[in-house]
Amino acid sequence: MTTPNALSQRRVAGGLLDPGQLWKSTPDALRKLNPGTLWRNPVMFIVEIGSVFTTVLAVLHPSVFAWLITAWLWLTVVFANLAEAVAEGRGKAQAETLRRAKTDTLARRLVGTDRVEEQVPAAALQLGDIVVVEAGQVIPGDGDVIEGIASVDESAITGESAPVIRESGGDRSAVTGGTKVLSDRIVVKITQRPGESFIDRMIALVEGANRQKTPNEIALNILLASLTIIFLLAVATLQPLAIYSKGVQAFAPDSLALNGDGVTGIVLVSLLVCLIPTTIGALLSAIGIAGMDRLVQRNVLAMSGRAVEAAGDVNTLLLDKTGTITLGNRQAGEFLTVDGVTPAELADAAQLSSLADETPEGRSIVVYAKTVHGLRERTPGELGGATWVPFTAQTRMSGVDVGGRQVRKGAAIAVMKWVRDHGGHPTSDVGEIVDAISAAGGTPLVVAERVGTGPARALGVIHLKDVVKQGMRERFDEMRRMGIRTVMITGDNPLTAAAIAKEAGVDDFLAEATPEDKMALIKREQEGGKLVAMTGDGTNDAPALAQADVGVAMNTGTSAAKEAGNMVDLDSDPTKLIEIVEIGKQLLITRGALTTFSIANDIAKYFAIIPAMFAAIYPGLDKLNIMRLDSPTSAILSAVIFNAIVIVALIPLALRGVQYRPGSAASMLRRNLLVYGAGGVIVPFIGIKLIDLIIQFIPGIS
Amino acid sequence: MSSAEAGVTFIASLLIALVLVYKPFGDYMYRTVTSDRHSRAERLVYRAVGVNPGGEQSWGVYARSVLAFSAISILLLYLFQRVQNHLWLSLGFDPVAPDQAWNTAVSFVTNTNWQSYSGESTMGHLVQMAGLAVQNFTSAAVGIAVAVALVRGFARSKTTEVGNFWVDLVRICVRILLPVAVIGATLLIAGGVVQNLSGGTDVTTLAGAGQSITGGPVASQEVIKELGTNGGGFYNANSAHPFENPTGWTNWLQLFLILFIPFSLPRVFGRMVGDKRQGLAIAGIMAILAIGSVIAINALQLAHGGTVPTAVGAATEGTETRFGVSQSATFGAITTLTSTGAVNSFHDSYTSLGGMITMLNMMLGEVAPGGVGSGLYGMLILAVITVFVAGLMVGRTPEYLGKKIGSREIKFASLYLLTTPALVLVGTAIAMGSATARSSMANPGAHGLSEVLYAFTSASNNNGSAFAGISVNTTFYNTALGLCMLLGRFLPIILVLGLAGSLARQAPVPQSAGTLRTYQPLFIGMVVAVTVVVVLLTYLPALALGPLAEGVR
Repeated sequence: MTTPNALSQRRVAGGLLDPGQLWKSTPDALRKLNPGTLWRNPVMFIVEIGSVFTTVLAVLHPSVFAWLITAWLWLTVVFANLAEAVAEGRGKAQAETLRRAKTDTLARRLVGTDRVEEQVPAAALQLGDIVVVEAGQVIPGDGDVIEGIASVDESAITGESAPVIRESGGDRSAVTGGTKVLSDRIVVKITQRPGESFIDRMIALVEGANRQKTPNEIALNILLASLTIIFLLAVATLQPLAIYSKGVQAFAPDSLALNGDGVTGIVLVSLLVCLIPTTIGALLSAIGIAGMDRLVQRNVLAMSGRAVEAAGDVNTLLLDKTGTITLGNRQAGEFLTVDGVTPAELADAAQLSSLADETPEGRSIVVYAKTVHGLRERTPGELGGATWVPFTAQTRMSGVDVGGRQVRKGAAIAVMKWVRDHGGHPTSDVGEIVDAISAAGGTPLVVAERVGTGPARALGVIHLKDVVKQGMRERFDEMRRMGIRTVMITGDNPLTAAAIAKEAGVDDFLAEATPEDKMALIKREQEGGKLVAMTGDGTNDAPALAQADVGVAMNTGTSAAKEAGNMVDLDSDPTKLIEIVEIGKQLLITRGALTTFSIANDIAKYFAIIPAMFAAIYPGLDKLNIMRLDSPTSAILSAVIFNAIVIVALIPLALRGVQYRPGSAASMLRRNLLVYGAGGVIVPFIGIKLIDLIIQFIPGIS
Repeated sequence: MSSAEAGVTFIASLLIALVLVYKPFGDYMYRTVTSDRHSRAERLVYRAVGVNPGGEQSWGVYARSVLAFSAISILLLYLFQRVQNHLWLSLGFDPVAPDQAWNTAVSFVTNTNWQSYSGESTMGHLVQMAGLAVQNFTSAAVGIAVAVALVRGFARSKTTEVGNFWVDLVRICVRILLPVAVIGATLLIAGGVVQNLSGGTDVTTLAGAGQSITGGPVASQEVIKELGTNGGGFYNANSAHPFENPTGWTNWLQLFLILFIPFSLPRVFGRMVGDKRQGLAIAGIMAILAIGSVIAINALQLAHGGTVPTAVGAATEGTETRFGVSQSATFGAITTLTSTGAVNSFHDSYTSLGGMITMLNMMLGEVAPGGVGSGLYGMLILAVITVFVAGLMVGRTPEYLGKKIGSREIKFASLYLLTTPALVLVGTAIAMGSATARSSMANPGAHGLSEVLYAFTSASNNNGSAFAGISVNTTFYNTALGLCMLLGRFLPIILVLGLAGSLARQAPVPQSAGTLRTYQPLFIGMVVAVTVVVVLLTYLPALALGPLAEGVR
C-alpha cells in the first residue's frame, strides 16, 4: 500500500494530470460507453444519444463540419467516462495490493473440547472457529485473541511496518486476517463470516464495487436532470420557431447551420450538448469516488459515501483527551520549591532521583531539568557507588543513594511517608503546593532528600502536566469558525478536565466520562438536530460509535468497535477526525463549485451559438457575436470543443477537490462564487475565442 | 416638471409607500393567518360548508382541498356564463360560447384573467359581479393560502400538518381582501371610476352622432382586479379605459394596490419563521429585480429611436396621453412583474426590447414580487434552488432556515422550475408549428412570433396580459391557453404543497458559524443572479427569434 506521503509526491510530480494515468484508463473509459451502464448518468446519456444521432447525420450528409462535431461529441462522452475511470483506477491499484495480502493460507483450526488441531483452508473458516497462529504465520481471518500475546505485522493493511502488540482480553485483542504474526503464539476466535473479512470489505470499498450514490449526490443529480430537461425543451421547441423564421426571411441562403427545414440536426445537438450541464455531469461520480479515495490516502476507510458526506455536516466533535488533545503521557511542567531550598537544589535532586526512572514521566523530568535549569544529563555510570532505586508500582517512588545522600521522588503520599519514616517533618507548604497542583488538574510529585543520618526533608514538588499537542488550539479555533463545536471526553475529574479544556481551547468537556455518559451526550446533541462525530477503540465505545453520525474506529481497537463505526482509521490516529471533516466538506464544495462553473459557462456558449445560428436571417443578431468568432461553423465547433476540453481540464480538480480553507460560510461562499461563478462566466469567452483562432484555419470550417 | 422627472417621482413615491406599509400590513397579515380565533361570520361559513376550523390538514389533504375548490369554481363559472341570458342584468347578451366560457372560467379561477372576450360586449353585470369578481377574490386568496402553507412547512417541525385550507381561504378573504377592497373601491370612485348597474346611456354628441356610454359595477371589480393581482378588466381596454382608470393618481393607486400585498408577504414569511431578516431578504430580492426591470423598460421606452418617437421624444404609440410614456412603461413593468396582467397601454406597441422586458418579467416566473402568494412561493422555490448550490459551496448539506434541502425537496423544487418553461416553450412551438394556429397571426415575422410567445408566456405564468396582434378567440387558442393556465397554476401549487409537507416533517438543524446566512447581501445577490441566468438560458433561443431579432440592429 502506498503511503499518503508517496501519493502526494506523485501528485506533485504528475503536475496537473499524469497523462499516463489517462492513457491507462482509456480502455475502461471506452467500455463505459455501453448505454446499459451510461444511462445512470442522465446528462452524459443524452450526450451519447446526441452523438449517435450526429454520427448518422454525418454519414448521410458528410461534411468536415459534421464529422468534426461528431468526433468532439463522442470525445465529450469519452472524457466524462475517463474522469470516472481515472478515479476508479486509483482504487483498483489499492485493491490489488490488498488482494495480495489475501493469499490462500491454511488455517490451523482447533476442534472440540480437547482442541484437536486440523488444517483447513482459510476460506472455509466459520464464525466462532478457534485457530492457532504462531510466529511467521499469517492470521487466517478476522478475530479476537483469546489466548496469548504476540507482535503482529499489520503493514499489509495499514502500510505501517512497525509491529503492533496483540493480546487476549482488553482493547488490543482484535486481529485482522492477512496480517502476519512475528513472534509468539496466539489462539484466535474467528469473528467473521466466510468472504466478509475486513480485507474483503476493504477491497470492495476501495474498488467502489457496490458504490451507491449518496443522498446529496442524488439530490444534485435530480437538479441536473431537470436543468437538462429544461434545456432539452428549449432546444427542441426552437425548431418550429426557426422553421417559421427562416420561412419569413427566405432571402437568407441555406447554410450548414440553418436551412428550410430549420436548424440542422448537427447544430441542434451541438447547442443542446453545450447547454446541458455536461461539466458537472461528467465529473460528478469522479468527485464522489475521489473523495473516498482521499480518505484512503490518509489511511481512513469509510464504509459508505454517506458517512463521508455526513462528516462535512458534523456539528459536534467528541474527542478523547488522551492521545488526541494531549500527548499520551503527562510531563514535568514546573519545579516548585519549599522555603529555604533554591531552585537549583531542587532541580538537581529531581534530576538525580529520576535518572533511574524509565517511565515517560521520569524521562520528562530529566528533560525539563536540562532545558529549563540547564542541568546536563548525567548517566547513572558517572556516579560511582550509587545505589539506584527504580520506580515500582508498589513503592511509587524512585531515587538514588549516593555518597551518604538519599534522594527520593514520587507520589506525594509515598514520599511524605518516607520523610516521616526517616525522622523528618514535611512542612505544611508542601501539602499546600500538592493540593494546589491537584486542584489545577496536574499530578504532584514530591522530591525529598536525606543527608547522612539526619532527618529527611522535602525539597519541593514537581508539577506533572498534561501537555496539549502543538497547534491544537489553532485547529479548534478553526473548527469554531467552521461552526463545529468540540467536546473533550476524559476520565479525569471535572477540575482537571476544565483546566485542560481551557488550555486546549475546546468548547466543552465531559469529565469522568463513562460509556453511558458518552452515549447520553451523543443522543442529547442529536435530539437538537446536530450531527456528531467521534472516535473510539474499546468495546465499550461500540454503542456510542454506532450511535454517532460519524464513528471512526481505531484499527488497533476491538472488532466490536470496528464493526460499530462507519469508518476505520488504519493509523489509529484520533486527530484525524478533523481531517475527515475537512474532506467531507471539500467533497461537497467541489460539487457545488463545479455545478456553478458548469451553468455559468452556458452564457458564453449562447453568445457563440445564437448568432451562429440566426445571424443569417436576422443580421442584427450578429451583434451578439461579441467574441467576433470567425464563422458560424467555427463558432459552433469552438463551443463544442471547449465544452469537451473543459472536462479533461477539470479532472485533476475533481480528483483533488477544490482548495479548502476553513472559514466562515460567508467567506467561503464569496471566494467560491468569485472563482467558479465569475470565473465560469469569463473563462469560456476566452477559451472559445482561442479555439476559434486555431480552428478557423481548418479547411471547410471557416 | 419634465416627463422624466414625473416618471421618477411616480416610481419613487410608489417605492416609499410600499416601504411604509411593509411592516404594519405584513404584521397584520401575519396575525390574520396565525390567529386562533374565529369571528362569528367565519364560524357561520365553516358550519355552512361543514368544516371543522380547529382541524389541520396534511399537505395532501390541503392540496386536494385547493383542487376541489378550484374545480367547483371553474364549473360554476362556466355554467354561469353559459346561462347568463336567462339571468338578471344580462344586458341582453347571449350565452358565452363553450370554448370561450371554458377559457374564461379557467382564466379567472387560476388568477390569470386572460381575456379572449371584451367585457362590455360579452358579459352581463351579474356575471361580472357574482362570477368574475368573486373569483378575483377567491383565486387571490388561494394563492396566499398556498404561500402561507409553504411558510408553515419552514416554520414547523416534526409534523405532517400544514394548516387548514378552508380556514386560510375564508380568513384571507374576510379579513384581508374584503376590508382593503372596500377602502380601495371608495378611493377609486372618488377618483372617477364608475360604479352603477346601468346598462348604458345613449347620448347624442355635440357633432350629432349617437353614442352609448357604458356603465356598470366597475370600481368594485377594479379594486380586486389590482389587489388580487388578477388583471381582468371590466372593459376590454382595461386600465387604459377612462372609466376604469381615470387619472394619474388613480393610476398610482392601482399600482400600489397591485404591489402592496405581494411585497408585504415576505414580512409574513419572516415573522412566521421567527427571523424578520429572512423576510427582508426575500423582499430585497424581489425589489432588486423589480426596480431593475422598471428602470430598464423606462430607459428603453424613453430612449427609443425612429422618426416619430424621436420627434415626440419617446415611444408614445399605444399609450394614453393622460399617463404618458413613463407611467405607461412603469405600469407595463409592474403588471407583468406581478402576474396581474392589467394594462394601461398597449404592450404590442412598445419598442421591441421594451416589449421583451415585459416578457422577461413574466418569464422570471412571476416572482418579483409576483402574484399574491404565488410570488412568495415562487421566490422561495428559487431561494431553495440557490441554497442548494450555495450550501454545497460552503461545504455542508444545504439547509434553508434549518431545513435540509435533500433529494425530496430538490425534486419538488426542480419540477416547479420545470413546469412553466415547459408549458411556454411547448405551447409556443405547437402554435408556430401548426398552420391552423399560425392563421391567427396578424403580423408576420419576428414581431408575430413575439406575440405568440407572449401569449403562452402570459397564460402559463398566470399573468393574463396580452401582446395582442393574434386572434385568440379561436378553438385552438382558447383550449391551448386554457390548458396552459390550468397546468401553470395547479401543478406548481401541488409541488409547493408537497415541498411544504416534506419541510414540515423535518426536525430543524441548529444554526452554527458554518451555516449559510440566507439574509446577507451575498446570498440576496446570488438568488438574483440565479433567477436571471436560469431565465435567460431557458428563453434566450426563443427570444432571439422574436424581440431580439426585431430589436437588435
